[in-house]
Order: sequence, then structure tokens, then C-alpha cells
Amino acid sequence: MKAYYWFSFVLFLGLLATPVQGEKQLPEPQKAGVEIMEKSQQAFYSQGADMKADIRMELITADGKKRIRVLTMLRWNDPKSKDQKYFLYFREPADVRGMTFMVWKYPLKESDRWIYVPAIDLVRRIAARDARSSFVGSDFTYEDVSGRNIAADTHILLREEKLGDRDCYVVESVPKEPIDYVKRISWIDKTTFLPLKEEYSDVQNQLARVFTADKIEDIVAAEGRERKSLPTVTKRTMKNLKTGHRTEVTYTSISYNVGLQDNIFTERYLRNPPERWIK
Amino acid sequence: MRRFPSKGVVILGIFILLLIENTRTVSAQVEAGKEQGGDETQIEPSSDGTSRKWKSFLETLPFELHGFLEARGGLRTQDDPHESKTATLGETRFQLQLFKAVDWAKFRIKSDFLYDGVVEGANVDLREANAILTPFEFMDLKVGRQILTWGTGDYIFINDLFPKDYRSFFIGRDDEYLKAPSDALKASFYTKAINFDFVYTPRFNPDRFIDGKRLSYLNPQLGRLAGEDAVIYPRKRDEWFGDSEIALRLYRDIKSYGLALYGYNGFWKSPVGFDPQAGKATFPRLSVYGLSARGKVWKGIGNIEMGYYNSRDDQSGKDPFVPNSQFRFLAGYEQELAKDFNMGVQYYLELMLDYGAYKRTLPRGSQAADEYRHVITLRLTKLLMYQNLKLSLFTFYSPSDQDVYVRPNIHYNITDHWSAEAGANIFFGEKDHTFFGQFKDNTNVYLSLRWGF
Repeated sequence: MKAYYWFSFVLFLGLLATPVQGEKQLPEPQKAGVEIMEKSQQAFYSQGADMKADIRMELITADGKKRIRVLTMLRWNDPKSKDQKYFLYFREPADVRGMTFMVWKYPLKESDRWIYVPAIDLVRRIAARDARSSFVGSDFTYEDVSGRNIAADTHILLREEKLGDRDCYVVESVPKEPIDYVKRISWIDKTTFLPLKEEYSDVQNQLARVFTADKIEDIVAAEGRERKSLPTVTKRTMKNLKTGHRTEVTYTSISYNVGLQDNIFTERYLRNPPERWIK
Repeated sequence: MRRFPSKGVVILGIFILLLIENTRTVSAQVEAGKEQGGDETQIEPSSDGTSRKWKSFLETLPFELHGFLEARGGLRTQDDPHESKTATLGETRFQLQLFKAVDWAKFRIKSDFLYDGVVEGANVDLREANAILTPFEFMDLKVGRQILTWGTGDYIFINDLFPKDYRSFFIGRDDEYLKAPSDALKASFYTKAINFDFVYTPRFNPDRFIDGKRLSYLNPQLGRLAGEDAVIYPRKRDEWFGDSEIALRLYRDIKSYGLALYGYNGFWKSPVGFDPQAGKATFPRLSVYGLSARGKVWKGIGNIEMGYYNSRDDQSGKDPFVPNSQFRFLAGYEQELAKDFNMGVQYYLELMLDYGAYKRTLPRGSQAADEYRHVITLRLTKLLMYQNLKLSLFTFYSPSDQDVYVRPNIHYNITDHWSAEAGANIFFGEKDHTFFGQFKDNTNVYLSLRWGF
């Protein structure tokens, strides 16, 4: 961390010393990279005070065989910190039906996770790591679902370009500690700050996984007395280029600022899911 | 479990009646839906076209209906001189689960209907029939037949004195069946400072213990292994309110560390006592006090749990036919070692109190148990093929008893509806009087196929 700030500081001084070479020159590409990623995470993972959505995941093999995962997700942002809490209620497939899953997510350390298995009335803690563990067997990791610690990567704004008809920032993020990928390039929409595409390169520096935001919808949410439109990725795909396997995720019945409370995210509701919210 | 014709028919009848009733309600609902201008009965596209009709049928029900159909078979890998059958499992099981939530309560019924080839009979096992109510904001009530679990151990229970089904566990039924149902009232209270669970079981619910019918065991009175030749018929504890159990748990989270205190007043859950006059096994009185903690440790999850077992019918430890009081301790750690590869280790200690008195009063010729029983467990789990294939290995090893129990298992989700499972229950032990050693003639393998909906 310290080294990183020191490095940015030196870079900053260096940039100050460099004569301005025109408008196209990106000042402080690292600082800009971090700022963009922060805004992007806010837009992608933290919109509203809370959120409720039904999620349908299709896990599709290279030869087209499908498996379906259906769940309801509740998310609550801690107004006092950057912590978040998630509650997931599984509906399909049959063998996980009724299971609930709770995550307390922190910006700087590993999440706390609990699962409840109704058939044996068992609450368990889960030891899986955020960065590499697959979420319910899909091509998404836990981090892909709930966001990765920004300080865990170095971010550089590479360039600005159009993706389709949208103006985008292109940011490269390199993990500081080795994980399954060595580099991620993100195309971030300049207006909404939603990630439209991400490319993950593996250890051989080959393109391994690609994320695409396939559909973005404006979801109207109440904010105080006003109504605000929150652009939301309602369909997304993660494709593994090495295996041809992909996961398509569709969000439906999305609502923001529904009035979730902190106390939903406790063992009480893990064991006895809150009917009002998951119905 | 009951013989099929009696209660089974009644429960099956309830399911059928609900289904018939439903067809009327559904048509009424569809009409109502149309009147409101919205057609809610949307048929989702399904991956395998064959189940689409079935699925849409399930979605039109006014309650949630789920379940599975399963065939499961298993056999001993060696002869057992005390059991006449090689087969340990041979059953077709149909589970139905009904769930209905209304404004003021949630209702759940879950029942298994099975034909058991080993006992050559049909059975019904009503696993849940309960209602959950929230009379106050700070309180939940769960009344009726229910599965209850708490505590931090993995296959090791100290403060969880709810009934277990060790028969199912040792012959390779699904993990779900390790827990037997309780007929109880559970009241839960939630406050900012602390949460409190109170479970009252008006009539004692014992374990489904190893009784010799299907699995051989060490019979301490005979001083040898026994099975069908010496089936245990304990003196029943079935007096309503007289033979009642109370279990308590006080718990709260500090940060994300779960801390809990426990109390139990009831009986040893398996017939570990003996009445020499009547020549019957008994369930002596027992109280347990304990605590546990669980949370993030290093790169994984750590837990500790301990309990003091007060064997109230033998407080001095002098009665050779009633177990002495004990102190039990457990420490565990679980970590993800690599992607989709998890390891869990546990150390468990059972310390017999008043060991001197036990030794002095032990009947001549009986094998003395150790003062300290140490058990180490190791769980390895590997998920493959997008988590559809699960390989797991659970091992109990007791260095003090010199015995081992290994549970390898392979579970494969063929599709979202079909799954297959194969596994084994392997017992080793030099001596017949040790906990796992006594089961060595029961070492078995099993196989199953399930269709779930």
C-alpha cells in the first residue's frame, strides 16, 4: 500500500514536471484508473441504499448443455461504512432449494459467509476464498458477484475508446498478489460507469475469460421524495474461452431502496427466510 | 418410523386430498388472475423439455410441492456372524415436501414413504410437520415435528442433544438422515444484546441408535459383539411431560464471531445405561452445560466447543451400569487449500470424570474404557466439473482407541434433476470394545440414484 502511494506520488511529481503535451495526454493514468474503478464499483455493485432482485443463472457447456440456478438476492449497504451485506435464497435446482446464504462483505478483507441447510437445520460458516471460488459452479467467482477490493489491484487508464456506440474508459487492472488471472482490462461506460466488457488474461497471458454486460435497463428508485433512474446491468455473461463454458445471468424484478434493515442479515432470517422479501 | 398401513395411509391421503383440492383452487385463481387483467401463470423455458409440463404444474399449485424419488442399495463387504443379511441397504424412498406461507405463519410437511428391502416392509417416516409463527417482532415460535441442530462440530456433537440417526449414518443414507426429527416447541427470542433459543420436548426423543437389527455392535452385558441375536429393547422413556427434555442456547455475534452458551436437561440419547434387575438397557438422566465460539482464524474458519456432561444417575461414578460424568472438548479448523478444494480438521476429547471410582466398580472381566478418548477427524472435499462432481472423504481416527472410521463419497449431479452417489463406511479397529472398532463387521459400500423436483 505504502509503496503504491509513494509510487503515485513520484509519478505525480514527474507528471507535474512534464510539459503539457496537449489535450489527449492522460495525466496520472494510475490515479485516473483508480477513480474510474471506484465509480464503476459504486455503479455496478452498490447502487441505492439496498436492492432486491431475482437472479436466473444458466450454466452452459461448450456443447450447449444447460444447468439452471435460480435465486433471490437481497443487498444492503451499510450507511456508516463501505461494508455490504447479502442474503441469497436458492430456488433451483431441487437439491439446493430452500438453502440460504449470507455474506458480510468488507472492502478491505475477506468476506464472512454463512450457509443454512434446511434439511438438517444446519448453519455453517464457509471457508471459501473470495477471489478464486466459483459461485455455485458458475463461471463467476464470488468477487465477480460482489466486487473485488480496489486496493488489491493496480489500475491504469489505458485509453478512451468507443465500444459499440458507447464512449468508454479502458482500464487495466493487475492483481498485486497472484490469483487465477494476471490482468483484467475493463471497458467502463463514461456516462453510467457500468462495466460493459472485461477481459481476463491467464498466467500464460492468454485471454481466458470474458465478461459482457448484454443488457442495461434504467430502474426507477425512490430516493427520499425524488425518483431517480438507476442504470442496471440486467443481463450479463461470463465466458471461459479455454473451455467454451459460459454463464448467462439475468436479473428480474429489480427494486432499489425497498427498506431492508440490517437485522435481516442475521442467523434468525438465515434459518427462517424473511417471506416478505423473498416472495 | 411406523409401519405403512397405519399412519402412512393417512399422511398419503392428506397429500392426495391437498392435490385434489388444489385443482379446484387453481382454476379459481386463474380466473381471478384473468379478471385482474394479468396472466401470472408464466411458463419459464426449461432446459430439458420433458420436465416443462411437470414444472408448470408445480408452479400452478397454491402451495410449494417438492420432493424426490430415490433408490439406494448397500451391502457388507465381509460376513458378519451376528447378522443374517449381507445387504445393509435396499430401499426405494419417495419424499414429499409441502410448504405454505400465509400472513401469520409458515407451514411445512415433509414425509418419506419407503419400501425397505432389508426389513422387507414399507415404512413412513414423517420428518417435519410444523408451523412457524412470529407472535412478536422479537420472537419466533416453531411448533411440531422438526429437525433441530446447533453447535459447531462437523459430525461431532457436544451441545447438540437433538436426536441423531446413527443407523442411517453408518449404512450410507444421505447426510440429511443423520438428524432424526424432534416433536418439540422451539421459542426463539431476539434482542440487540443477545439471542435466546428455548426448545421443549414434552416426550423424550431418543436417537435412532444401533440396536443390533441391521448392524452388529458390542453388547457390554454379553461382553462380546452381538447383532440380531441380542437386539436392544431399552426400557422406554415415553411418559408425556414426565420424560421431557429442555434445551437452551444463548448466543450472539461479536463482529462476525459467533459465541454461544448451551444448556440441556434430559437423558442420554442412546440407551447407554443398564438395569441389571430387569436386564434392560436404559436412558439415564443427563444434564449438559457448554459453550462454543466460531469465526475467522488465519486463512479459514476456526471453532471450539466444550461441554460438561452431568450424568445425574451416577454422580459419584460408582454405578457400573450408568456412564460417568464427562467433559467433552472440540477444536476445529477449515480452510480452502486450492480452488474448490477444502480441508477440515478437528480434535475431539472425551474425558471421563471420577475415573478411579469407575475402575474400582467395573464388573470383573469387563473391558475398561480409557479415561481420555481422543479423536482426530479430517475432511477433504474436492468439487469438479462446475461443482457437479463432489469427491469427499471424512475420516475419524482415535489414537487412544486405535480405531478408524472412513467415509469416502462420490456425488454426481447428472442433470439438475438426476443425481447419483456412491460411497462406503469403513471401520477398522484392533479391539471390539472401542467406539468404531465394534462396527468392523459392518463395513459397507452403497450406491444411489435420485430424481428430484
